Amino acid sequence: MKENIIIVQNLTKKFVECLAVDDISFNVGQGEIFAFLGPNGAGKSTTIKMLTTLLHPTSGKISINGFNPVLEQDQARASFGIVFQDPSLDDELTALENMEFHAMIYNVPSELAKKRIQELLELTELWDKRNILVKTFSGGMKRRLEIARGLLHHPKIFFLDEPTLGLDPQTRNQMWQYIKKLNETEDITVFFTTHYMEEAEKMADRIAIIDHGKIVAMGTLGDLKQKTNTDSLENAFLSLTGSQIRDELTDGRGMHGHMRGH
Amino acid sequence: MKAAFVLWLRQLKRYLRSKSRIIGSVGQPILFLVALGYGFGPIYAKAGGGNYINFLAPGVIGQAILFTAIFSGIELIWDRQFGFLKETLVAPVSRLEIMLGRTLGGATIAIIQGLIVFVLALFIGFKPASWAGLLPALLMMFLIALFFTGLGTAIAATLQDMQGFQLIMNFLVMPLFFLSGALFPLDGLPPGIAKVTQINPFTYGIDGLRAALTGQSHFAFSLDLMVMSGFTLVILVIGTYLFSKIEI
Repeated sequence: MKENIIIVQNLTKKFVECLAVDDISFNVGQGEIFAFLGPNGAGKSTTIKMLTTLLHPTSGKISINGFNPVLEQDQARASFGIVFQDPSLDDELTALENMEFHAMIYNVPSELAKKRIQELLELTELWDKRNILVKTFSGGMKRRLEIARGLLHHPKIFFLDEPTLGLDPQTRNQMWQYIKKLNETEDITVFFTTHYMEEAEKMADRIAIIDHGKIVAMGTLGDLKQKTNTDSLENAFLSLTGSQIRDELTDGRGMHGHMRGH
Repeated sequence: MKAAFVLWLRQLKRYLRSKSRIIGSVGQPILFLVALGYGFGPIYAKAGGGNYINFLAPGVIGQAILFTAIFSGIELIWDRQFGFLKETLVAPVSRLEIMLGRTLGGATIAIIQGLIVFVLALFIGFKPASWAGLLPALLMMFLIALFFTGLGTAIAATLQDMQGFQLIMNFLVMPLFFLSGALFPLDGLPPGIAKVTQINPFTYGIDGLRAALTGQSHFAFSLDLMVMSGFTLVILVIGTYLFSKIEI
């Protein structure tokens, strides 16, 4: 039995008018690939923000690599890397400068940083473009750079919030192959959200489905299909969350507790 | 302090790359110096004020610093909108250090802008009283830069997007500039305007700068220094507090 690297107990986040995350509990084992699925506005990003110290929980307990993200922020922060749903690069800097910035702010020793930056940029096929300003990059290149950057400080946990949104199938495939390889060789725990059910089907060891702030199902792909008596994750997902289309408020903390950009 | 350094460096790199910004924010003070300096110069001399360009130059140097500094602080909103702020907020460094790096970066840029305007003013006819005054002038420039970068950051920390920007420019930055004594002497003002200039921090920054560069001032340099230091300290504390409260 592997140790749990993410422990979440009775986690709740209330915004002024609504309950975004409602008393959820789950664990993720070291080295596991864990998919966190749900319709728009279900509470996925709010949960990731609490796990990554960007939001304070209203109540409940979180442990990230043994650290409390509220009280031991810096240790928790050093334990994970993250690729956000929307871009977080500095467009006015080059790819290399974005990487160097990250290395310095995460205190990676400079010799080591140099080596890793080259490795990661070669892996994501950006090494030739390292001295080009990021603002000229395509969406796929930016994503690859963000992935490379998120791994630069060798995090124990890698959070990916809809990392493949807007990518073509080639880039998506390549990206997942790389993440899978890292997971196998470096034992990195991967926690990701996506709207592409086949990604979760193919990649995830375990899947949790969240809706209206509550986890409605959790287990392996087989568990979920069995529980809902369906033959695919997509059908399992629809049977658990219904087929009604969710409105998502984008201007601030809306009805489903969602904030800008979610 | 590595993180503060790299944030400072980032601000500087971005600044050096944006030529239009450098030229743009030098243009306005120089226009003021040329148009008002030459335009009002004769009347000012007739009224017994002496050389108006010499009076005005510290004012427009301060203007360049004021606008650049406020703008650098407000850039925080862009970083939030374009997402880069998140990258710094999940990094294992304290909010204080991030705030420090950003503010020093913004202040450094503002001082460079001020120095560019200073050099250009020399060509337009500005004659500093003594070169020894450059050192206290630099100190005053640093305080003005730090204060307004801090103010910009404090405001930006409470805003979600750029929609309030016009409001800030018209109801805060412009009045701070125009009601400061940057353009006119503070002696003999109507009591209402005099009161306003007295509670305006920029008044003391300009007055100190003018004292250092030309030897003429309304208040004592030591008073200017004390008031600006006090204001700067307070705004940095408020700014750091507001910055630490940012949730994304």
